[in-house]
Amino acid sequence: MWRGDRHVLRNVSIDVLAGEVVHVAGPNGTGKTTLLRVLAGLLPAEEGYVGWRGRPIRSERDDFNAEMAYLGHENALKGDLTSFENLHYSIGVRRHLDGPEIDATLDHLGILRCRDLPARVLSAGQRRRLAMSRIMLLGASLWVLDEPFTNLDVAGVALFSGLIGDHVAAGGMAILAAHQGLNVPGTTPRIVELN
Amino acid sequence: MQSTGLLRAGALLYARDLKLAFRRWEQVTQPVVFFLMVTTLFPLALSPDTAQLREVAAGIVWVAALLSALLALEFMFRSDYEDGTLEQLVLSGQPLWWLSLVKAMAHWTVSGLPLVVASPLVAASLAVPAAAQPTVMVSLLLGTGILSFLGAVGAGLTLGVRRGSVLLSLLVLPLTMPALIFGARAVDMAIMGDSSRGPLLLLAAMFILSLTLGPFATSAALKVSME
Repeated sequence: MWRGDRHVLRNVSIDVLAGEVVHVAGPNGTGKTTLLRVLAGLLPAEEGYVGWRGRPIRSERDDFNAEMAYLGHENALKGDLTSFENLHYSIGVRRHLDGPEIDATLDHLGILRCRDLPARVLSAGQRRRLAMSRIMLLGASLWVLDEPFTNLDVAGVALFSGLIGDHVAAGGMAILAAHQGLNVPGTTPRIVELN
Repeated sequence: MQSTGLLRAGALLYARDLKLAFRRWEQVTQPVVFFLMVTTLFPLALSPDTAQLREVAAGIVWVAALLSALLALEFMFRSDYEDGTLEQLVLSGQPLWWLSLVKAMAHWTVSGLPLVVASPLVAASLAVPAAAQPTVMVSLLLGTGILSFLGAVGAGLTLGVRRGSVLLSLLVLPLTMPALIFGARAVDMAIMGDSSRGPLLLLAAMFILSLTLGPFATSAALKVSME
């Protein structure tokens, strides 16, 4: 992949199996975000291909989208909508869900008291938790998380790691980019180092 | 787990965009306020003579409406693009042309429809006879629709461009020239007391063309801007 005049991500190959966490590591500017965007299908790879269940995602776009949840740098939240409304609309476009399901997830992530507050008044960490609620509610089997721990406190990092652990323990997959070391309960992340 | 159908997804996105628009009230009212201001300034600047006003009324109404609607065009995808919502919509599994269509419709509801609703007032202030009022409204209904669906393509294309608003006007305005010509002509004919059927039908044809082809071009434009 070329980003500007820099050639990033040469000869990168990643396989993810069910129940596995892949940790994409590397210094700033080595293409972690670009790699994740390519894997999520937001950027076309210049060479090579991204496959899902053995078939290229280009031809299996809808199936792949339905089974993949992507958390980018931006939280994809609307400041003028409340936490509840944000989830109601963004999940509702993809699948049917009801109010109690949203409340339970908000509670699980420790932000139930922010339910009816507009997202713009939440702290950066609370917004990250809200964005993570969306990932959980999507019910996808593959999580692609770009720096999920940004702005989180120590308890938040432990909570997110626990969620990722639960997800892969239930047969899910997670690919995540992070600077810091990763401690996921119940599994050892496979590290892919970019440089 | 049941995935969302096309109609329900569209309804949710439409409701979300309207809710967001009404929580940003000042942004929503901007085009219609501009429209009213420009058109009420003309009688003051030209002359209160009704015969003279009638001659230029069609042109003024249409040019003012076009520029007002253009003001809001830039915001169609801007905030969704900046906060990452657009990425999530692309990945939502719903066809992007459908989501583009819904977003253009929501945008028209908050920026184009108020102009249509305000147009009788504007037309009256420009001494347009009551018999020509329906033509003014119908022509603007079609015209603002054309601008929203065509403009969505430009708004999608200029997303990645810094200060894209000038570029957006340069891209979209030439495409709306035919609509301006036939729309103003229809209003003019109605003011003269002639039948405005011909230009209105042409306008309707342009509307259908932009409604049916616009969303596909918009979805392609959005994909280019996301890379």
